[in-house]
Amino acid sequence: MADSVWAPTSGSVVAAATATSRHSAVVRLTHWITTLCFLALLVSGVEILISHPRFYWGEAGNVLTAPLFKLPIPASRATVPTGYGYVLPDQNGWSRYLHFQAAWLAVLTGLLYLVFGLLSGHFRQNLFPARADLSWRALSTIIARHLSFRSASEAEAGSYNVLQRLTYLFVIFVLFPLVIWTGLAMSPAIASAFPAAVTVLGGQQSARTIHFFVSIFLLLFLLVHVGMVSLAGFRNRMRAMITGSPATTKEPR
Amino acid sequence: MKLSRRKLITTGLAVTAGASGLAVAAKLARRYGLIPPDGGGLYGPGETLTYAAQRLLTRHSLAREFATSQISKPPFANAVDPLGEEFKRLQKGGFTDWRLNVDGMVARPASFSVAELRSFPKRSQITHLACEEGWSYIAEWIGVPLSHVLGLVGTLPQARYVIYRSIQSDWWESIDMADALHPQTLVAYGMNGGEVPVGFGGPLRLRVPRQLGYKSVKYITRLTVTDSLKPFGKGLGSASPEAGYAWYAGI
Repeated sequence: MADSVWAPTSGSVVAAATATSRHSAVVRLTHWITTLCFLALLVSGVEILISHPRFYWGEAGNVLTAPLFKLPIPASRATVPTGYGYVLPDQNGWSRYLHFQAAWLAVLTGLLYLVFGLLSGHFRQNLFPARADLSWRALSTIIARHLSFRSASEAEAGSYNVLQRLTYLFVIFVLFPLVIWTGLAMSPAIASAFPAAVTVLGGQQSARTIHFFVSIFLLLFLLVHVGMVSLAGFRNRMRAMITGSPATTKEPR
Repeated sequence: MKLSRRKLITTGLAVTAGASGLAVAAKLARRYGLIPPDGGGLYGPGETLTYAAQRLLTRHSLAREFATSQISKPPFANAVDPLGEEFKRLQKGGFTDWRLNVDGMVARPASFSVAELRSFPKRSQITHLACEEGWSYIAEWIGVPLSHVLGLVGTLPQARYVIYRSIQSDWWESIDMADALHPQTLVAYGMNGGEVPVGFGGPLRLRVPRQLGYKSVKYITRLTVTDSLKPFGKGLGSASPEAGYAWYAGI
């Protein structure tokens, strides 16, 4: 039986396990809604992108303009010169509907998480790194350990290490706000109400280009995140994020 | 996880409050015209949130205008379906017989030639046109504000939308009165100092600079003022939602 395999052995751990969850219910709920939204945004975003896989800098750009760069992929519109002899099917309609609906759900979920994180002390306790952990010495030790692929210590099953904390903070407070901002900056209506939100980015096409790069960073984060979870013990970590039960022992291999 | 009575009661209260809050919000949204015609169905919630939020934030905001030096050279015209015999006949005559008919909920239905439209007070503006595909260009548009044309025919107080149709019968769009009466919404007959080239929608294009390019319908021949979009087409507001694209394209 699975229970007997991971049942905690020491009394103090049992007490800790029943007293608190590894992840609070709000964190777990918002985590999975965000996951769902991100996947929807990713698929629909790629779909929208292939209608014009060229990127520009500044306010305006089209096939008659020199691109900043172009992706070496076929396009879903015949007007884009890609060098491929065929045109992919156009799926922009539902992709756009889905992209914006998922964006709304992600933003509302993010707001809920933000309010919860501030009020509950989640940011302070779980994400802001301790001052001592931010020394070059402490950071270089943990970076070296990651680079040598040594597995995490038992203590880290219950709390994030400094690299995790910094990464999550970067994703939550830099990448997510930036991807929302650059997304909104592409909207002609939003641009009319908040012109500075577009001009400080360099223009509407710059916003689109930054939106693309931030999305790439978020995708990279997702891949590394899932990779690290697998290395740390996929089943335990998944259980902790689904049911909240603490992952206290190593899972059987 | 154990469910205490207190937790159950708080959760129950929160759910009830949330549900009634949503119901009140939906009622208010309907009352103030914040629900788009394609606000039903799977993607209705997202569309409604976007349209409602932007109507509240951007009702009177002006689209950015640019300097002459920022005009895209050359601009890019997206492909259109082949133009029919009727268009070619009018084109041969230099578009002198082109008419823009205005009907529906107006006091004085009318029909205007391009020359008549040119004689009305004009507005020139250098704005950004973004296509939903991702590309864009900046161009100068010259025309008569739609609000002036609507003023001439006298829209009735119950008017809520203006439908506009292309000579290409499958291309028709509609906008709400906030966009229809917006000073930058133009019946455009000029572009970059000259006439609007055929590829860009000449002789007449409706320019709606606060929405994506597909709302700026080329070759317009008819405006219909209405209080409801339900009786038109499939009742989704325009040809775009019928083809799977959002009716409101301010994104």
